[in-house]
Amino acid sequence: MTMPVTSNERSAGLYDEQLEEAFRRRPTPLLIKHKARIKAFFAAVVPLLLSLGLILLVWQLLCIKPTSALPSPSRIWSEANELILHPFYESGSQDIGLGWRVLTSLKRVAVGFGFASIAGILLGAFVGQSQWATRGLDPIFQVLRTVPPLAWLPISLAAFRDSQPSAIFVIFITSIWPIIINTAVGIRNIPQDYRNVAAVLQLNPLEFFWKIMIPSAAPYIFTGLRIGIGLSWLAIVAAEMLTGGVGIGFFIWDAWNSSRLPDIFVALAYIGITGFVLDRVVATIGTLATRGVQSN
Amino acid sequence: MTGYLKIENVCKIYTRGAVTTVVLEDICLRVEKGEFVSIIGHSGCGKSTLLNIVAGLTSATSGGVILEEREVNSPGPDRAVVFQNHSLLPWLSAYENVRLAVDKVFGGTMSRAERHEWTTHNLELVQMTHAAEKRPGEISGGMKQRVGIARALAMRPKVLLLDEPFGALDALTRAHLQDQVMALHESLGNTVMMITHDVDEAVLLSDRIVMMTNGPNATIGEALEVGLARPRRRVALAADATYLERRQRVLQFLYERNRYVDAA
Repeated sequence: MTMPVTSNERSAGLYDEQLEEAFRRRPTPLLIKHKARIKAFFAAVVPLLLSLGLILLVWQLLCIKPTSALPSPSRIWSEANELILHPFYESGSQDIGLGWRVLTSLKRVAVGFGFASIAGILLGAFVGQSQWATRGLDPIFQVLRTVPPLAWLPISLAAFRDSQPSAIFVIFITSIWPIIINTAVGIRNIPQDYRNVAAVLQLNPLEFFWKIMIPSAAPYIFTGLRIGIGLSWLAIVAAEMLTGGVGIGFFIWDAWNSSRLPDIFVALAYIGITGFVLDRVVATIGTLATRGVQSN
Repeated sequence: MTGYLKIENVCKIYTRGAVTTVVLEDICLRVEKGEFVSIIGHSGCGKSTLLNIVAGLTSATSGGVILEEREVNSPGPDRAVVFQNHSLLPWLSAYENVRLAVDKVFGGTMSRAERHEWTTHNLELVQMTHAAEKRPGEISGGMKQRVGIARALAMRPKVLLLDEPFGALDALTRAHLQDQVMALHESLGNTVMMITHDVDEAVLLSDRIVMMTNGPNATIGEALEVGLARPRRRVALAADATYLERRQRVLQFLYERNRYVDAA
């Protein structure tokens, strides 16, 4: 206990008071201070680790024979631990870590999804606002929405004659539909009250868009964006398998062609975790941005 | 009687397929500047439709509304509405809700500092300064309605339209807000048109009570000058002979001559 040395002249009463004060102010041990949080952390993590361990164990047992078609976890570790341990190594333009590859793919997704968000929200606002547009365009969107990403690729390659913009276009066209459709639903569901307020205030269309439409439809828009980012991440892997480059999608194709099955499994884990993180990021932004909108 | 706000021969007819329903028939009403007029009637008599026509949110089938010698047929801040369900934007704080109106109406004539001042002033009028930064979801129903009143007042409207403003509130909060609205009307001298179905509220607050007959084909059945001196005190009035007589007359109109018929 660190306490200023008190001189002998001080009365015993004062001394006791200081001692008490110092005792009260002593730092709480970290373990006790964060006990609740540590408990919550373990409560969340332990079941996850246990199930993960169980799955790996079953997998290991199923693929334990050296002749089995798919590699066991232990074989993946022994043959591909380089990829897991060093996600950001660089030795040559084509020989880079999976972290870099994921980042390259993410860049493409960012561009394609960015365009899809802007275009999707604008188109959705237009469609939601006009009954005529809803009747005319909604069925078309509903049909196009079901076209799988890879089916767009030949058209896109023919149109752009280059793999880079084609890959981005595939992401764009895959992720735009849920954004349009959800935004339109959100706009259609703007309560008449808010429209009345806007009318009394004589908001012009631009002000109405920014001050009423976007905030009011935000929960719907973010639902669309969340579905959209998931789809775009699905599309990038497929698109890159065909267009080449250094993305994570092409890595899988490349590994397949050179029979490096363990590498593919590691890449799958990277893709899955990245997709999960993307989803959480959009969901978190959505929760922050739509605070209050629902609590009416 | 010149009339500051004139409602002239307003009819409202809804047509759905082959069925036409006359909701309002030949409504004529003149409201003087600074006058507090209540419109009372059973639910479904079209009194809210009438208010919406004055606000410009609904258009009349025939007839028109004249405010200060000019016809009005589209919504605008000169006829600010306090909506029944407050209609605050839930993503904005109380201050921002009022500020949005202030910015829109006075954006060209007031400086940024003046607009801030005016916003704060109007929140003060309804005693909501303490919760200015709260969002509508975080404050009570009565407080929301006060912010709604502040937003309407902040537009400095020629006519303040109240659409059953206290309908969704509990009795005590309602009484408290009625007193506040009375005090505001006293000090600011607004022209007010209020829709209500509460007889006591109508007699307590208004200079004149306009009673509507039952729909369809609803029209103004009778208008009653309240003629009670202001300021009015609800407790003192409870035993006041004039007050009771006025109350009696409205009740007679509503429950004897125009008994509510359930159409359904």
